[in-house]
Amino acid sequence: MLQPVIDDDGAPFWEYAARGELRLQACAAPACGELRFPPRPCCPQCGSFDSEWRRMGGRGRIWSYVVPHPPLLPGYTELAPYNAVVVELWDAPRIRLVGNVVAAPDAPLNSVDPARLRIGAGVRVVFDGDGMPRWLLERS
Amino acid sequence: MATLKDKAAIVGIGQTDFAKRLPEPEKTLACRAILGALDDAGIAPSEVDGFASYTMEETDEVEIAKAVGAGDVTFFSKVGYGGGGSCATLAHLAAAITTGQADVGVAWRSRKRGSGPRPWTGTAVQLPTPAQWTRPFGLLRPADEIGMLARRYMHEYGATREHLFNVALACRNRANQNPAAMMYERPLTREMYMTSRWISEPLCLFDNCLETDGALACVIVGAERARDCRQRPVYIHSAAQGLPAQHHGMVNYWNDDPLTGPAWTAARQLWKRADFGPQDVDVAQIYDAFTPLIPLSLEGYGFCRRGEGAAFTEGGALEIGGRLPLNTGGGGLSEAYVHGFNLINEGVKQLRGTSTAQVPGAGTCLVTAGEGVPTSAVLLRS
Ligand SMILES: [Zn+2]
Repeated sequence: MLQPVIDDDGAPFWEYAARGELRLQACAAPACGELRFPPRPCCPQCGSFDSEWRRMGGRGRIWSYVVPHPPLLPGYTELAPYNAVVVELWDAPRIRLVGNVVAAPDAPLNSVDPARLRIGAGVRVVFDGDGMPRWLLERS
Repeated sequence: MATLKDKAAIVGIGQTDFAKRLPEPEKTLACRAILGALDDAGIAPSEVDGFASYTMEETDEVEIAKAVGAGDVTFFSKVGYGGGGSCATLAHLAAAITTGQADVGVAWRSRKRGSGPRPWTGTAVQLPTPAQWTRPFGLLRPADEIGMLARRYMHEYGATREHLFNVALACRNRANQNPAAMMYERPLTREMYMTSRWISEPLCLFDNCLETDGALACVIVGAERARDCRQRPVYIHSAAQGLPAQHHGMVNYWNDDPLTGPAWTAARQLWKRADFGPQDVDVAQIYDAFTPLIPLSLEGYGFCRRGEGAAFTEGGALEIGGRLPLNTGGGGLSEAYVHGFNLINEGVKQLRGTSTAQVPGAGTCLVTAGEGVPTSAVLLRS
């Protein structure tokens, strides 16, 4: 499986994730405070280079999803068909995170029947043993 | 204000065979396509002083210029973002010629994508942004990334697989008329489409473009010179590139409206500089790496309103005789996938009146580059 190739801007996200926290970059200029994703050096709203990492509620709904089939990369081929979803966060609807809906934090990417996925379905974040965010269906 | 309008014209086109595997290397294929295009134009290679291609093109100006026997080259340019750069190569050459930086420009693309590696299988070179946010989760291939937008589009607007089939079928039908097309002798039926294997649900095998070895090129000169060339000139009427505000490439999931892609930005610029509008386009060559790019582009380029792109494909609208004949050589889905360059050459053939699926009296053609990535487009007229 691919590990995230982390850049300077993204590093804090993964450090918090390893601690089980979903935090997103926000502008720290007092008059602005705009969340942004993916992380970047400065605020596209006001130009400030000051940022903070804001704790998010971790609940959202499925914005869209795909079910990949081979040909895929090693590690993924064995799990196919699995799901990949885009989750829209309740507390920041324009921020959407790519992830996977799983049956339990450390369950594999194919642990939920794709037939159970629906656009709009409620999900909540959990973190697996490697600090990767995963999503559980709210109603299961 | 100075504009590019009709100041430069395509006067030569060339292409190699298209196949899953061609024995010759990319450089050889590029030279064959370029020399073919120059011969078509009746222009000597020694007169070439401008080159444009894609950043993903593996053959470079130095190698190509010395192999084909170009003269002193005074303009060269490469455009990024894979298939999004196709039409911009013409735009850059037209701008160079119009501003006196060069007189004879060659644009080309040579690619052994049929027998060579699939770019998404490279794991060492994945870009940290935005790949760290997508690839570890198994969103690995362009088909997965566009499939995500496609499902959302289907959900929001009631588009179905029937609509995507309409796109695949129109391209295949045109390929069945084109002896150069990889799918010339391979008709597509609804049954084949509906029962084919999935690549990334909701996209099946036939929603994906071909994998092709091949090369194409075209020659551009100023309008005055064009009138003395061997072929009827095809004028570059308008040209545009498009990188929308807060756009994220093929994983455009992080802005207010992910379904409003680069096509919308390019289209605004394209039509602003044109003497005619979408209703006056006789035939369109729209980038079709994946079938959902067609409804998205039909909306972006103004052939219908937001959310109506799928319905637009109904009733044979994309077939010859329909509202907007599409990808008349077969497109990336059924002729060849060479990062959209075959769409450019097919547009030229239509306006010369020499297409294998000729639209009677075609005088205007839209050609677009890859949608879902920073893109480009040109309006051609005879
Ligand atoms: Zn700010």
